[in-house]
Amino acid sequence: MSENVTLPKQQGPTDKPAGEPLLTVEGLTKHFPIYGGFPFKRQVGAVKAVDGVDLTVHAGESLGLVGESGCGKSTTGRLITRLMEPTAGKITYAGRDITRANRKQLAPVRSEIQMIFQDPYSSLNPRQTVGTIIKSPMEVNGINPPGGRENRVRELLETVGLNPEHYNRFPHEFSGGQRQRIGVARALALEPKLIVADEPVSALDVSIQAQVVNLLQKVQDELGIAFLFIAHDLAVVRHFSQRVAVMYLGKVMEVADRDSLYNRPRHPYTHALLSAVPEADVDTGKKERIRLAGDVPSPVNPPSGCRFRTRCWKAQDKCATEEPPLVQISGNREGHLTACHFPEEPSTEARTEDVVMDPALAALEEEHGSDD
Amino acid sequence: MTTMTKTEDTPAPTGPEAFLSVRDLRVRFSTEDGIVKAVDGLSFDVERGKTLGIVGESGSGKSVTNLTVLGLHNRKTTEIDGEIVLDGQELTGASERELEKLRGNKVAMIFQDPLTALSPYYTVGRQLSEPFMKHRGASKKEAKARAIEMLDKVGIPQPALRFNDYPHQFSGGMRQRAMIAMALMCDPDLLIADEPTTALDVTVQAQILDLLKDLQQEFGSAIIFITHDLGVIANMADDLLVMYAGRAVERGSVREVLRAPQHPYTWGLLSSMPRLGGDTGESLVPIPGSPPSLLNPPTGCPFHPRCAFTDQVTGASCSGERPSLGAGRAAACHLTGEQKQTIFIDQIKPRLG
Repeated sequence: MSENVTLPKQQGPTDKPAGEPLLTVEGLTKHFPIYGGFPFKRQVGAVKAVDGVDLTVHAGESLGLVGESGCGKSTTGRLITRLMEPTAGKITYAGRDITRANRKQLAPVRSEIQMIFQDPYSSLNPRQTVGTIIKSPMEVNGINPPGGRENRVRELLETVGLNPEHYNRFPHEFSGGQRQRIGVARALALEPKLIVADEPVSALDVSIQAQVVNLLQKVQDELGIAFLFIAHDLAVVRHFSQRVAVMYLGKVMEVADRDSLYNRPRHPYTHALLSAVPEADVDTGKKERIRLAGDVPSPVNPPSGCRFRTRCWKAQDKCATEEPPLVQISGNREGHLTACHFPEEPSTEARTEDVVMDPALAALEEEHGSDD
Repeated sequence: MTTMTKTEDTPAPTGPEAFLSVRDLRVRFSTEDGIVKAVDGLSFDVERGKTLGIVGESGSGKSVTNLTVLGLHNRKTTEIDGEIVLDGQELTGASERELEKLRGNKVAMIFQDPLTALSPYYTVGRQLSEPFMKHRGASKKEAKARAIEMLDKVGIPQPALRFNDYPHQFSGGMRQRAMIAMALMCDPDLLIADEPTTALDVTVQAQILDLLKDLQQEFGSAIIFITHDLGVIANMADDLLVMYAGRAVERGSVREVLRAPQHPYTWGLLSSMPRLGGDTGESLVPIPGSPPSLLNPPTGCPFHPRCAFTDQVTGASCSGERPSLGAGRAAACHLTGEQKQTIFIDQIKPRLG
C-alpha cells in the first residue's frame, strides 16, 4: 500500500474541520501494570489499554470516538482530562503541553476541559442538592459570576431544560434523563472549551436518549464548545459528530469526516462494525454482510503487527509482522486516515459474497443454504 | 373505565396453530409504596416456528410478562390474572411441579446477562447437562455427549475441552453462546430470549443474532424475543408487539409496524432514533416527558400525557377512556385510521428520512 500513500488534495470540501486544533494527542499510551509472582510481587505484564493514539480535536467541532468495549476509548477520554496519568505520549491543549503538567499548572486548563459521565446515577453525589453539585466547580475554581453563583446555577438549570425551582432538590428526585441534564449543567458551569462526553446517552431509554442528544447539540451550536464524544452506538455518533475515529484494542484504526467514514470506509474493521449495526428500516437496500468470529482479543497480549488481523478476512503474513501506519490512502479525502495494509473498497454496498468468519454460523448456513 | 376494561382486549386471532397464547394477562406486585401494575391486560399469540418480538422501554412490563409465563415471579407478592395457555396447558394456575417439568424442557429462556445467569460455582458442562439428565432421564455420559454437540453447534471452539471450564473462563460472547446451547439442550418448542444481546458488542451481537436465526430454522422453535432495540427486532422477528406502561399499544407483522406504524408511541420511538442513513442536519424528535410510574399509571390511554396528537381526537377522551387494541394488525389509539395515516405520511415519515 505504501506506494500510493502520499496523495494530493482530494475532492471538494467536506464537513469542514472547524477552527484551529484545540487539543492534539500524539502517541498517547496507557499501560496498567499487572502484578504477580511469589514471594516477591513484581510486574508480570500490562494491560495495554491505550497504545499509541493520535487524535486532534479542533475548536468547536465534535470528534466521535467509537469502538467496542475494552478498546480503550474511555481510558483515552480520562487521559485527555488528566484524570489518569498517561504512560507515554504527548497531550497538547491550546498550544501547551499538559502531559506532565502538575496540579498548579493544570488548574487553568482543568476548568476548560470538562467531562460528562456515562452513568447519571453514580456520577452525582446523592447527599448534595442539585444546586451544590452544579455550584461546586465554581467554588473550587474561585469563579464569581456576575449576579452570584446561585443565580448562575439557576440559569444553567434553565439552559439544560430543568426547572430552576428544583435548585434544592436531591438527585434521587430526578429521572435518569433529568440527571444526565444535571451532569451537563455541571460540565457547563465553568464555560469550558472542550467537553469529553463518555457514553453520555447509553444508560438512557431510547425516547430519553434523543432528548439528551438534542440538548448536547444545542449546547455545541450555541456555545461553540468542542466535544470528544465517546460512544459505542454508531448511529448516535454519526448524528452528533462531524469527524469520527474508530478504535480497536487501544489503537485508532480509521479516522475521517463523518461522510467518508460511514459511506466510504476503508478499514475492514470499520466495514465489519457498520455492517453489524442492526437497522430498523425494512426497506433499505442490501448492505454488505460481514460476520466476524469470536470476541476482541485480550489487551494484555495484543496480536503483533495489525491488531485486527486475528479477526480479519484479508489478513496476510505482512499484517503479522508489520504494523500498518495511520495514513491517507490514495483516493481518500484529506483527513481520512486508515491504518491498513490491504484496505477495502470504499463502499458499504452488498458484495457478491458475504463474509462469514464465524465457523458455527458458516456451518449452519452451509447446511440450510444461504437464505438472506 | 371499568366497562372499558371489560370489553377491550378481546381475544386476538386465536389461530389453531397458536402455540402459546396469553389472554388479558394482569400482573400486580405489592411493594411498600403500593401496588405496581406491571402488566395490565396483555394478550398475544405465538405460533410454532415464528418469532414474536416485544419492544418497549425499561419498565414497560416486557420482561415481567415472560417471567410469568415460566412462573419465575415471586408468588408471595405477585398477583396474576388472565390466561396463559401453552400448547393446550393452562399455566396461570399450574403448580410449581408442573412448571418445573416445562422449564428447560418445552420452554427455555435466554437471559440478558450470561455472567449472572450462569452459576460461577459449576462448570459450564455440568450446567448444560443438568436439564437434559433431569428431563430426559439421560445418563451422565449421554448428557455430556449432547452438551458437547450443542457447544459445537453454537460455535464454541474445542467443545470437549471447554465442557470442563467455568463460566469466568469464557468471554462475553462465548458465555452467551453457552447460554443458547443450554437453552437448546432439550430441543424446546418455545424459546424466550430476554434482551439476549444487549450486553454484547455490535459485532458479537450480529454473530449471535444470525446464529439464533439459523438455529431456529434447524430446531423449529417458536421464539419470543424481548428487546428495546427496534433495529434488532427488524432483523429477528416476524411479528411485533410494542409495549408501553404494561400494555400492548401496537401489534402487527414487523414489516407492517416498521413501514407504517400507527401508534403515536411507535412514531415517537422511530423518530427519536438516529439512523445510519439518516439526515444528520435534522435534529431528532424526542418523546417529551418520561415513562409513567406504574404505581399510579395515567388514566385512560397511558401514553396521553406524552402524546402530541391528543387534540386531534374527537368523540373520545384520551385521559378518560382507555383505547382498545383490536385484533390482528392494530394500534390502541383513539385516532381514526384515516387520521393515523395522514399524520404518519405528512408528519412522521419525512422525519424518518
